[in-house]
Amino acid sequence: MKYVDEFRDPEVIGRTAEEIRRLADPGRHYRLMEVCGGHTHAIYRFGLKDVLPPNIELIHGPGCPVCVLPMGRIDDGLAVARQPLVTFAAFGDMMRVPGAHGSPLEHKAKGLDVRIVYSPTDALKLARANRDRHVMFFAIGFETTAPSTALTLMRAKADGVKNFSVFCNHVTIIPAIRAILDSPDMRLDGFIGPGHVSTVIGCRPYEWIARDEGKPIVVSGFEPLDLLQSIVMLLRQMREGRAVVENQYKRVVPWEGNRAALAAMAEVFDLRPYFEWRGLGFISQSALRLRDEYAPWDAERVFSVAGVRVTDPKAAQCGEVLKGVLKPAQCKLFGKECTPEHPVGALMVSSEGSCAAYYNYEHRKAALPLKILTPA
Amino acid sequence: MCLAIPGKIVELVPESPHLATVEVTGVRRRVDLGLLDDDKPAVGDWVLIHVGFAMSKISEREAADQMRTLAILGEDAAAMEEVRGYGLEGKEQP
Repeated sequence: MKYVDEFRDPEVIGRTAEEIRRLADPGRHYRLMEVCGGHTHAIYRFGLKDVLPPNIELIHGPGCPVCVLPMGRIDDGLAVARQPLVTFAAFGDMMRVPGAHGSPLEHKAKGLDVRIVYSPTDALKLARANRDRHVMFFAIGFETTAPSTALTLMRAKADGVKNFSVFCNHVTIIPAIRAILDSPDMRLDGFIGPGHVSTVIGCRPYEWIARDEGKPIVVSGFEPLDLLQSIVMLLRQMREGRAVVENQYKRVVPWEGNRAALAAMAEVFDLRPYFEWRGLGFISQSALRLRDEYAPWDAERVFSVAGVRVTDPKAAQCGEVLKGVLKPAQCKLFGKECTPEHPVGALMVSSEGSCAAYYNYEHRKAALPLKILTPA
Repeated sequence: MCLAIPGKIVELVPESPHLATVEVTGVRRRVDLGLLDDDKPAVGDWVLIHVGFAMSKISEREAADQMRTLAILGEDAAAMEEVRGYGLEGKEQP
C-alpha cells in the first residue's frame, strides 16, 4: 500500500532522527513526558528509544484511563453489580482489571450479569430492551470518551429511561499534568501532548504549561514519524529559548477542539472537589461527576456506594511506575507475578499501560524497530 | 476504547436525526452524530469515530491516513472488533 511505504520511508525517518541529534545539546539531559498512553504504546512498539540519542529520555505519563483508576472504584462498581437485577456494562478494556475481589470478568464467571459494550449508547439500549433490570454503565476515560457518556445521559433523561445509570469515573487531563508539574521529585523539560483528548478540548487548555511553567508542549499524532517530528518541534523551541503550544497533529486536532462535545460535558457533569488517582493520590478538581439534574441516573446516588479505598498489592509498585520514578522492569513483580496474562496491577492490563507495552515489546523483544537510512 | 476509527457516512437515519449508518472497511454500523451538532456531516462525508460517536469530520485522505495509523500500530483488528460491536439496530425503541 502506497501510504505504508510512504510512512515507512526510512530516509524520512533517518532525516528526522538526524535532525533530533543535531538539535539536542550533548551537554544536556532532556526529560520529555508523553502524556497519552496511546503514545506510550507506539513508543515501545517501534523501539523509538533506540532511534533517539541517549540524552533524550521519554517519561510515560498518566494518560491511560484504566491505569489511573484506583482499585476501590472497581470494587465499588462491582458491589453495585452484586445487587439483584443489576447489569454491569463496561468497555472491554475494563474487563480484566483486577479489583480486590477479582476483575469484572471473574465476577461474570461467578454468575454476575457483566456485559462488554463498545459504546455507552449500547448500554442505554440494553436498558431499553431489559426493563425488568437496571443497567449500570461503568464509565471510564478522559475527555475522549466523557462527551459520549454525557450525550448518552442526555438521551436517557430526555426519554425518561429509569432503569439506566452511570457509575462515573471520568477524569480530566489538565489537573493531572498540573499535579505532575507540582510534584517535587519530577523534573520535566517538555510534553508530547495527547492526540485524541485534544480533538475534544483543543490546544488552548495547555497554554498555561508554556506560559506559566515555561515548558513547551506539542500535541502529537501516533505514528513513529509523528512522534519524532514532535520531538524535533520540542527541541527547536528549547534551543530557541521559547515555550509555546504547538500542534503537530493538525490533520485531526482543531485548535479550538469540539464545541458540541464540550457543551454536552458541561450540561451533564460538574467537577468533583477531589478524586483519587492511582499512583498520583488525591488531585483536586480532576474528575467529573453527574450534576444534580442527573441524580436519578447517577449510580453513586441511586445505590449506596461504600466508597472503599483499597491499597494496591504490597509488592506492586504501580504508583512509582505511573509517576515515572521507576521504569516498568524495575518493579519487583514485573514479568514474574505480574504479566499481561496474569496482571496484578492495571498498568499490565491495558495495551496503553506502560508495563504491558514494555512487556509486550521490550521484554519479549517483539518491537518492530524502524528501518533508518542515515543521510549521507 | 481510545481508538479513533475512520468511517464514511453512507446513510442518515430518517426517523432518528442523530443517527447515521457508517461504513468502515466494508462493515456497516450505526453511529451517533450528536457530538457534531455544530457541523453536521452529510452522506459521503468521512468522520472519526470514538466509542460509537462521530467526533470529528475529516477528509478522505485523512481517513486513509488514520486507517494506516491503526494498521501500523497493530490496532486495526481491535478497531474492527469495536466497530462490529456497535449496536446494529437503528431506531432506539422507547
